[in-house]
Amino acid sequence: MIAYIIRRTLYAVPILIGVNLLTFFLFFVVNSPDDMARMHLGMKRVTPAAVEQWKHAHGYDQPLLWNAAAGGAAKLTDTIFYAKSVRLFMFDFGRSDEGRDIGYDIRQRMWPSLAIAIPTLLIGLLVNITFAMLIAFFRGTAFDLAAVVLCVMMMSVSTLFYIIGGQFLIGKIFDLVPISGYLPGIEAWKFLILPVAVGIVSGIGMGTRWYRTIFLEELGKDYIRTARAKGLSERLVLFRHALRNALVPILTGIVAVLPLLFMGSLLLESFFGIPGLGSYTIDAINSQDFAIVRAMVFLGSALYIIGLLLTDISYTVVDPRVRLR
Amino acid sequence: MSEPLLEVRGLKTWFDTAGGPIRAVEGVDLSIARGETFALLGESGCGKSMTALSIMRLLPAAGRVVAGEVRLGARNLLALPEMAMRGVRGRQLAMIFQEPQSSLNPVLSVGTQIAETLRRRGKGSHERRVLDLLDAVGIPDPPRRAREYPHQLSGGMKQRVMIAIALAGEPELLIADEPTTALDVTIQAQVLALLRDLQRRTGMALLLITHDLGVVAEMADRVAVMYAGHVVEQAPATAFFAQPAHPYSRKLFASLPNLGKRATRLAVIRGSVPSLAHEFKACRFEARCDYAWSACRETLPRWLEHEPGRRVRCHLYDPAQAGESLTDRDFVGDTGKPMAGTEPIPVRGSLLQVDNLKVHFPIHAGLFKRVVGHVRAVDGVSLAIPPGRTLALVGESGCGKTTVGKGILQLLRPSAGSVQYAGEELTRLGGRALRRRRKELQIIFQDPYSSMNPRMMIGDILEEGMIAQRIGRTRAARLERVAALLAQVGLDADVMRRYPHEFSGGQRQRICIARALAVDPKLIICDEPTSALDVSVQAQILNLLQELQQRLGLSYLFITHNLAVVEYLAHEVAVMYLGRVVEQGTVEEVLHAPRHPYTRALLSAVPTVDPQSKREIIRLAGDLPSPANPPAGCHFHPRCPQAMPQCREGYPGATHFSTTHSARCYLYGDGAYAQDAENGAYAATEKTERHVIRSR
Repeated sequence: MIAYIIRRTLYAVPILIGVNLLTFFLFFVVNSPDDMARMHLGMKRVTPAAVEQWKHAHGYDQPLLWNAAAGGAAKLTDTIFYAKSVRLFMFDFGRSDEGRDIGYDIRQRMWPSLAIAIPTLLIGLLVNITFAMLIAFFRGTAFDLAAVVLCVMMMSVSTLFYIIGGQFLIGKIFDLVPISGYLPGIEAWKFLILPVAVGIVSGIGMGTRWYRTIFLEELGKDYIRTARAKGLSERLVLFRHALRNALVPILTGIVAVLPLLFMGSLLLESFFGIPGLGSYTIDAINSQDFAIVRAMVFLGSALYIIGLLLTDISYTVVDPRVRLR
Repeated sequence: MSEPLLEVRGLKTWFDTAGGPIRAVEGVDLSIARGETFALLGESGCGKSMTALSIMRLLPAAGRVVAGEVRLGARNLLALPEMAMRGVRGRQLAMIFQEPQSSLNPVLSVGTQIAETLRRRGKGSHERRVLDLLDAVGIPDPPRRAREYPHQLSGGMKQRVMIAIALAGEPELLIADEPTTALDVTIQAQVLALLRDLQRRTGMALLLITHDLGVVAEMADRVAVMYAGHVVEQAPATAFFAQPAHPYSRKLFASLPNLGKRATRLAVIRGSVPSLAHEFKACRFEARCDYAWSACRETLPRWLEHEPGRRVRCHLYDPAQAGESLTDRDFVGDTGKPMAGTEPIPVRGSLLQVDNLKVHFPIHAGLFKRVVGHVRAVDGVSLAIPPGRTLALVGESGCGKTTVGKGILQLLRPSAGSVQYAGEELTRLGGRALRRRRKELQIIFQDPYSSMNPRMMIGDILEEGMIAQRIGRTRAARLERVAALLAQVGLDADVMRRYPHEFSGGQRQRICIARALAVDPKLIICDEPTSALDVSVQAQILNLLQELQQRLGLSYLFITHNLAVVEYLAHEVAVMYLGRVVEQGTVEEVLHAPRHPYTRALLSAVPTVDPQSKREIIRLAGDLPSPANPPAGCHFHPRCPQAMPQCREGYPGATHFSTTHSARCYLYGDGAYAQDAENGAYAATEKTERHVIRSR
């Protein structure tokens, strides 16, 4: 088990290098520092001198990969690649093009993101499993059919609908909570409750339908027939036998996305004005702040790799058949 | 007979499908007395499992009981509310299933799953009783096993756990649905003995559902034969085996392969089981029956008690059907017709020569996945197959027999040893040269359901190999050959444009045989080609294989666990245990004068249809050990009833009893020179082999 985790961590190194190289290529070769400078300066003020000045101020006036002018180790270190990308491995994100410390921003903004993501995930899981088991219990009946149709309808509707609908209904008509905004500290709940509710409701269609399929698959298995042949009640059959086995794919599916919760939700945060990492990314994209976007892409990849490793480990916890070596 | 324990009257179970109901069970009557073993015999799809599930009221969602009653004592189970039925299940009626692998919950410990049945009888700790139950079903070290999960147990162990679960409720009737079909013969013998023993101790009745006449002969007090949804014959076991009454029952016996039927055609039941989608107005076996006459096509046969205690549903026994009776007719048909040209093909040289073949799979472990050991799936196997002959490779699951087949074909590259085909070393061939050789060696797999691409038409499946081997220049020429191949295996040419799922198991296996023949091979490796098929269909395939061998001079390597098939079909036999051949020789030598204790045990464990043969079953203790960590010395010694101290020391060398018959066992040779050095074992014993000519 320990050997397995160490090996998988070692596998992560070449993957992260690859991700880093690819993002570097995308951000600096496809979109050269000159282009970035022009975009930031705006069309009016673009002069060659202004571009040079902007590049110097933001550290983009070095060569990309190889500084022939410098001496010794500086040939490698005095480059954009070293300055902007290699430091990502140490989770040193540097400064944004606006001059802010990205690492500090991330540490500040992850908490509102988590405050939305974690309740959405946990309550959503509970709601979806409950609905899925209920539908599975009435399998083959009109209730089952109606529920599946409803699920498909709910998953066909865009999340934007739930967001705007929620803001209109709860925020405007009933005036229960603020439509958007955020206050730090204990007051935050007023602003969080609506995005969490919207997040849960928008996920019900997809989640319930998927879990229903998992339950039905388990209920068709031979060991369920054995459990019934023992004379167990339907409650025990469903909860002790079917649920335990159905949780294996459900939980391991959840664990994979767990680290990504840090990244926040792009849509929810920007619509509800929550200062989390999701809206951070969206704002950076809008203002063409590539230093932030690059940092978030790298962070996302690293978290995804951690997620996959956690998935494998969680299998050993919930499924006695799986042993990692 | 006293008051019956369970009585089934006019049971009808239908399955609702989009195309109307399938009448899976159409009026079944049974009665089972306390403490007796009642066997329900029939081929797949005849409704025997559905009868059992109807009794338990555990039918799948699409199934429903439309008529009849199931009486247990004074109560009609079919009329009970579900709550009351739960009290019956697990207490008065218990059931075990065919696949112990999937019938246990993978995420609950064995102990928990047994205790669940006990907990219904009251709260508190049931640990003591769980351990007692595990002990009662012969599981060693119950405290450890109770904490383990199903995947940690072997197949036989899992079935024992299933039996323990069933016993936990102290049932009056145990329904066993094909309880040993998924198990090896030696394990089957253990489980059957266990069931008989438990029955004697607890006095419970047993409803045994099986397709295996041998198992019925071994176990049953009374037998009912099911065909196409209803019972066609019911009789005490001894009378049934002495003389089966219904033409269908007789055909079943005639289609069993055995030594006496060698070089003759096995009886086949022509046609196939009729569709159960419509109601029958006449005898449902009529279209396939050799004795059918006008009455059989017009009226439904009624239950006739033609002898005391025996009932049959056939017009042959009905005095009301004047003019025709069984005594006027002889049971003929194509049974026992000799094959054309049965003279043995003269043996000259060998087509395939396998020497010291080893296939080892590495085991990786540790941080850098270093190789820490090997699974010795095949560990020094030597075989020779002459042209036009059949060598049977026999052994239980996990002994490495399929791996030998794959190693010969180079589908798995051998770790060591040589495979010579017609003098050419296959292990050194690669790429194009090997692909060309594939024309000569073909394989037929066990499962005809999964061994064909479901999205390809039959014609394309057959043509693919020809294109690869450049047989037939034009498409027209190839299609002509496809038609000829299909005719050769007894199918019409128009099946070319159909898909595999449209065919029955037997037809699919014929197509697989045609696929192998398409490239004109000299040797076919048949890997359990009939074990997924019913006996009557198995007979058709065996006939076909025999016929093709006669006609085309094919050689077969016949990989099987079924000794009756070996007796019927093979010329020579090699018995494998844990990666090595322990005994080989001609069929007569190995099957009738077995020398190795394992061969003897294997032979004794096969249930025979002759209930008079009171043979001693040599019961092997325990399971097949893991080939990753085989026991030191002779691999068989921990299970061997005749193990001696020296068996622990080294692997015995080969002792020859005749020019063809040899065994590797210390009982016959002092084996002093047969040091089991890692690689030199075979070479060393070759030099020191002693020729002990068998004397009768």
